[in-house]
Amino acid sequence: MTALRVVGLVALAAIVLVPFLPLGAAQEYIWHVIIQIFLWSLVGNAWSLMGRFGLVSLGHGAFLGVGAYATVLFWNFFGMTPWLGATLAVLLTVAFALVVAYPCSRFQVVGHYFGLVTLAVGEVIRLLIVAERDWTGGSLGVSLKTVSTASDWWTLQFADKRVFYYVGMAAWLFGLWVWWRVDRSMARSAMEAIGEDETAAASVGIRVTRFKMGITALSAALTALGGALLALYLAYANPDTLSGIGVSLRIVFAVVLGGMYSLLGPFVGTALTIALSEYLRIYFGIKLIGIAETIYGLLLIIFIIFLPAGIYGSIADALRRRLTRSPAVVART
Amino acid sequence: MIDPIFILEAVVNGILLGGVLALLALGLNLIFGVIDIVWIAYVDLVALCMYAVYFLVALYGWPLWLAGVGSIGVGALLGVLVHLLIITPILSSPPINQLLATGGLLFFIQSVATLLWSTDHRSLRVDLPTIELGGIFISFTRLLAFGLSILAMTALYLFLKRTYTGTAIRAVSQDREAIALMGARPQRLYLVTSAVGGAMAGVAGALLIIQYAVHPYFGGAFGPLTFMICVLGGLGNMVGAFFAAFIMAQIISVGGVMVSTEMGYVIAFVVFIVLMFVRPGGIFAKRG
Repeated sequence: MTALRVVGLVALAAIVLVPFLPLGAAQEYIWHVIIQIFLWSLVGNAWSLMGRFGLVSLGHGAFLGVGAYATVLFWNFFGMTPWLGATLAVLLTVAFALVVAYPCSRFQVVGHYFGLVTLAVGEVIRLLIVAERDWTGGSLGVSLKTVSTASDWWTLQFADKRVFYYVGMAAWLFGLWVWWRVDRSMARSAMEAIGEDETAAASVGIRVTRFKMGITALSAALTALGGALLALYLAYANPDTLSGIGVSLRIVFAVVLGGMYSLLGPFVGTALTIALSEYLRIYFGIKLIGIAETIYGLLLIIFIIFLPAGIYGSIADALRRRLTRSPAVVART
Repeated sequence: MIDPIFILEAVVNGILLGGVLALLALGLNLIFGVIDIVWIAYVDLVALCMYAVYFLVALYGWPLWLAGVGSIGVGALLGVLVHLLIITPILSSPPINQLLATGGLLFFIQSVATLLWSTDHRSLRVDLPTIELGGIFISFTRLLAFGLSILAMTALYLFLKRTYTGTAIRAVSQDREAIALMGARPQRLYLVTSAVGGAMAGVAGALLIIQYAVHPYFGGAFGPLTFMICVLGGLGNMVGAFFAAFIMAQIISVGGVMVSTEMGYVIAFVVFIVLMFVRPGGIFAKRG
């Protein structure tokens, strides 16, 4: 596996160096796309923490929305620095997630039902944001109040996109680290057992509710962090782009496309979907509105039918099989 | 204080809305109960049928009733296509993948509609006189749609209860292993169910286009509500879905008048979430 490690380190070095490459006039745009990929990958990773254990949430838009709006509103109305505001937003989201997750776990709301309950939760948050238009700006969204200084660590507003590039990258790597820790932990085995058969898991002494709440809290916290950073980076939050069913489904799709059972799956899926939609948007301009989404929807259907493990997941599996075969066999092929 | 007459009007409007929601929920619930797959894109198929009626009338000059009949055919065809192209290959996949595949269909339909027909709102508003009844104003169009949807639901009920195929469909939803042993072919029954569910979408499309404007994201407005009604009524439980539709419609309509439109939906969704905890099998299920 050392060869893979070398490839990984080279790729990481390349990602770190991107802001310093001479990319010409398009550099600001390229950074912008990559920052979005980092932040949405973080959210995708957070979702897959639950999704891989059969807790398929269709309401992660709710966590994203609470995280984003709380951060923006704390700053706009109370002048609270995002350092504190985002922390509070994450805690608020975790509390909210636990309020939803506890009865779900107690009353054994699983499978389809879990998906539909979380879907309803996501809609409730979106509608509340729209309904409370006096301070959330309703469906028009809300802008982050800007300060006069160009770059400021206190308000986390920067004129230079490169700062957010590294902030986004750090957040993404942090998400990967959390995923990896969970993957290596006892919690993974416990959660897999719960996902297979809850009653059986409980009967061998696994504390079902405690594990489910833990993984939900972790997932919600990372999602809220992603939401807060997205709102800070874009300096704008909108109920349709940061909350609601559309966003929730998009998160799920990017992850499924990449592969929800592998470390880099969510990143690959997010990068592909964002790159695809950006490419189609530039290629077609405003001539054929909807073509990007059409191709996107079609790809999703095809992927789920033919490659349910996702692109990265399938490739990683194939590679692993190759690498674990005996050298003699590899030499012959 | 809100004038009681407005509340009364909201109740009447809620009943009328309930009729439409019940029709939407019944088609979805039939497929849900028999094939055990959630068609997340069901209401988007309804939107396609609405477009079909719109274009048949506005572009080809068909009379409305004939376009409505055409819509039923379009719906049935769409149902068969969805089943053959998307559902059949994933019948034995985990439920999450089935959910996501029809979710992909949702994105596909919405964006194809945007691509072909832009995001314009299109409506075939039929302006029939408004009836005044003791100070309450009732739109005759909505009353007509309500009557026709009750008729369509009665037809579905009779089909399921009185015909051989209908009996077989009900049998599949009860026990899918046993029905194969009884000599019926589940695959064919699935196809018939998809066609009937699609035809119901066609009926709903024809009745909705005379009340609401259709646009590519129409499915998003009614879709989530429709699943929730199905789940509340109990999956596959037709009578349950029927009553659940009226309950949700009342909450939305009366809540909309008393607080605000969005809060009406918020209350309805919160009621749904709470009921899911208290009665996961639906409001009419016996407690296990």
